[in-house]
Order: sequence, then C-alpha cells, then structure tokens
Amino acid sequence: MTVSLSPVLSARHISVNLGGKQILDDVSIDVSPGELKVLIGPSGAGKSTFLQCLNFLIPPDTGIISLESHEIDAKNPRALSLYRRQVGMIFQDFNLFDHLTAVDNVAIALRKVAGLSRDEARRRAMAELDRVGLSQKSGLYPAELSGGQKQRVAIARALAMDPKVMLLDEPTSALDPELVGEVLAVIRDLAAGGMTMIMATHQMDFAQALATEILFMEQGRIIEQGSPAELLAPGSGTRTGDFCRRLLDAAPAAAKD
Amino acid sequence: MSFIVDRVIPALNDGLIMSLALIVPSSTIGFVLGVCTGVARVFGPRWLRSLGNAFTTLFRGVPLVVQLMILYFGLPNLGIYLEPYAASVIGFILCTGAYQSEYVRGALLSIKQGQIKAASALGFTRLQTILWIVAPQAARRALPGCGNEIIYLIKYSSLAYVISCIELTGEAKILVSRTFRPTEVYLAAGVYYLVMVSAATWILHKLEERFAVPGFCGAKK
Ligand SMILES: Nc1ncnc2c1ncn2[C@@H]1O[C@H](COP(=O)(O)OP(=O)(O)OP(=O)(O)O)[C@@H](O)[C@H]1O
Ligand SMILES: [Mg+2]
Repeated sequence: MTVSLSPVLSARHISVNLGGKQILDDVSIDVSPGELKVLIGPSGAGKSTFLQCLNFLIPPDTGIISLESHEIDAKNPRALSLYRRQVGMIFQDFNLFDHLTAVDNVAIALRKVAGLSRDEARRRAMAELDRVGLSQKSGLYPAELSGGQKQRVAIARALAMDPKVMLLDEPTSALDPELVGEVLAVIRDLAAGGMTMIMATHQMDFAQALATEILFMEQGRIIEQGSPAELLAPGSGTRTGDFCRRLLDAAPAAAKD
Repeated sequence: MSFIVDRVIPALNDGLIMSLALIVPSSTIGFVLGVCTGVARVFGPRWLRSLGNAFTTLFRGVPLVVQLMILYFGLPNLGIYLEPYAASVIGFILCTGAYQSEYVRGALLSIKQGQIKAASALGFTRLQTILWIVAPQAARRALPGCGNEIIYLIKYSSLAYVISCIELTGEAKILVSRTFRPTEVYLAAGVYYLVMVSAATWILHKLEERFAVPGFCGAKK
C-alpha cells in the first residue's frame, strides 16, 4: 500500500526552552493518514514534551504546526479549542476526571465542548465504551477501575471527539505487566481501523510489529528515523537497535509479555 | 424547674433568634466570599491574588474579638457608625470568609494538574475547565473544612455580646446578673449551642453523603 497523501498533522522546526534548558531542538514530524509513528528514546529525551507541544499543552517557542495543511494559530482560543478537539491525547497516568463515572468521563466533553445534548452524549459515550470493551463498567468511578480499564476509558474519551490524529504518551508504562496487553489490543484495533497516531512507548515488540516509522529521540532531537525493518534489523548498527537491545537486556522478564 | 421554664427558656429563645440572625447570613455570605476569594487566589491575575492573600492574612491573623472592637468602637473615629448587629455580621462575614477561602484554595490546588491538561486536550476552555472539572472536585474536597468553619462560626457568634449585640450568650449573661443563678442559665445556654452544632453537623453530613464519590474524602470505601 503506497499512499502519498498530504500529512494529517505536520510539525516543523519545533523548539522549546524550559527554565533555560533546551528541551526540544528543531524537531519536525509529518504524519500521513493511517500512519503510526513511534517515538522512542531514553528518559528525558523530550518525548512527552514534544507530544504536548503538538497540541500546545506546552506552547513551542518556535515552529509551525498544521492540521491538514492549515496552520494553527494558538493565540486564538476558539481556533485552539477546535484544533484540540481534533487531536486526541492519551497520557501515561490516564488523567481521568475523578468525580465522574466512566460514561460521564467520556460524555462531558461531548456535552460541554461539542455541544451534544445530555442524551446524545450519553449514547455516544456508551458506544465508545463498548468499542474499548467497557460497556459493563460505565457506572464506575475512576477509583473503582483498574489501571488498564482507566486507560481504556481515557482512549474512549479521546475517540468520542472524532479525532483526526491521536497522540499517545507511554500509554502502558504506568500499568502492571498483566494489564498492558488489554490496552495494546485496543491501540492495535485503532491502528487496524486506520487511525493516525503518534505514540511514545517502550514496548518494542509492539513498535516493531505496527509502526510505520520509528523516530529515535535523544537530548531534544530526532537522531534517527526509519521503518522498524531498517532500524531494528540485526547488525544494522543503529542507535535505535542498540537502545532496544539494552531495553530487552535490562528487563528480560517484561519482554516476554 | 419553673425557673427554667418561666425565666431561662423565654430569655434564651430571644437570644437564639438573634444568634440565628447572626449565624445564617454570616455563614452563607461568608461562604460565598470565601469561595470567590479562594478562586481569585488560585486563578486570578497577579494583583487579585495578592489582594486575596493580603485579605486572608489580615483576617486570619487578628483575633475576631479585636476585629469586632475595631468595627464597633474604632470606626466611629473615622466617622463610620455601625449598629452592634451590623458590626457583628460584617465582622463574622470577613473572618469566616477568610478561613473559608483557605479551605477552598487548598481544595483547588489539590486538583491534579494532569486532569486540567486532559480537559484542555479535549478542547475545554480555561473557564469550562474550572467550571466542569475543577470546581465540582474542589467543592467536594472543601466541604468538610468549610463545614467545620460553619460549626466554629456558630460558637464564635457568642462574641457578638462583647459589642453589645445581645444574642444567646448575651441574654444568658443578663439573666445571670439579675438572678444570680449561673449554673442553670449557662448550662441551658450550652445545651442550646450543642443543639445548633448538632443540627449543623447532621446537615453537613447529609450533604457530604449526597455528593460522595468513590476516591474522595468522606466517601465510603
Ligand atoms: N517544566 C519544566 N522545566 C524544566 N525542565 C523540564 C520541564 N519539564 C520537563 N523538563 C525536562 O525536559 C526534559 C525532557 O522531559 P520529557 O518528559 O519530555 O522526557 P521524556 O522523553 O518524555 O522522558 P520519559 O521517558 O522519562 O517520559 C527532561 O530533562 C526534563 O527534566
Ligand atoms: Mg515522558
């Protein structure tokens, strides 16, 4: 399948300086429809910062971000809200709204941001929970859900806004090993359904199997990028390959999951 | 027994009405003031935050009796004359508002930054985030503290008699000076306060139950 459509999301020359420290240094990315780009790199490389720049949770100092070729003007609150609705975000620690049940976590933005009626929002929210296999848990509060279930609610919440692209920041690293699979299965379904995604992860098996491209970050820069086959081929001598082998050596037990 | 029925209860009932007339407006308006001040101290622009902080420091730092005396005995020097009742209510509102704002501020700050980010990422504006995500959680976290403050207010409303606003304690004191029977009178006054505090505690408990959410304080595990 060779698609050369214009990118859904494009970020050019993003730089960020926080507290006098250069956290991101001229980082660029393009994601085309249906692509899954995986960000890897050591802790502190700037993966989370970069993902949060992409929807202006951390405003970049310089750089241009465009959605379907429209440059985003982050100074305009309406434009920014509209843009963020189209860019779903999944966090490492879920960030569910603690005072709302699973179904209301999904419904609240449908009502308050997208302007759906209470009934419509609820119906849509139930459909999204069903999609992540949680329709049975719709009435439970975050404190009553397992980590894996919380992350699936968070995914349903993002999907409900019909995002054009999803940003996932280590969606499984806060989970117990036995709960990682259920969340990865949901993300795998999304990829199979053609969702465009950028994901930071340490799950190399997953990246190898599903990524259209791997981007290796270090010290605020992308220092390698290419298909998993190129970067991870035995004897390729890439930094990416090196990093992954060390990851597997460091956690041989976790690698079996 | 007839002393209690004929003298103590009628006098204390008069005092009770005045006490309630002090407590009810002071606690409600004071609560609103506390919420506004607390929100301003967390989300307001810099100058408003400083103003809120200064207000809270001042009114938490000075004993309430001194505040009441300044309002009643001190302000006339500036040409401002307040009735005892007005001076009491104003003093209580300012003082309880300052304490309430402290609970509200703490509750607002306890809402995890991650949830605010998640709301922004979904397209919530800042105001929508405060309204739909931060406020409902902050209210639940602030409720026990704010409730306690109302219970304190019931008790410190007795200070109004110092500036000759004759409420429950004032009536009791007057009756004692006439009858020289402090034991019965003050015990009876104590029972009145105990009943008011118990009623307030029960209402607050019902409120906490009504809004209980698993994972929040006050919720059954
Ligand atoms: N608000 C901030 N002020 C100053 N430095 C910051 C701030 N936030 C993050 N940093 C620094 O930015 C760098 C990149 O952090 P970031 O969280 O983006 O890395 P990461 O690649 O996501 O790492 P991890 O794998 O641990 O999640 C780190 O060195 C971090 O200490
Ligand atoms: Mg990170």
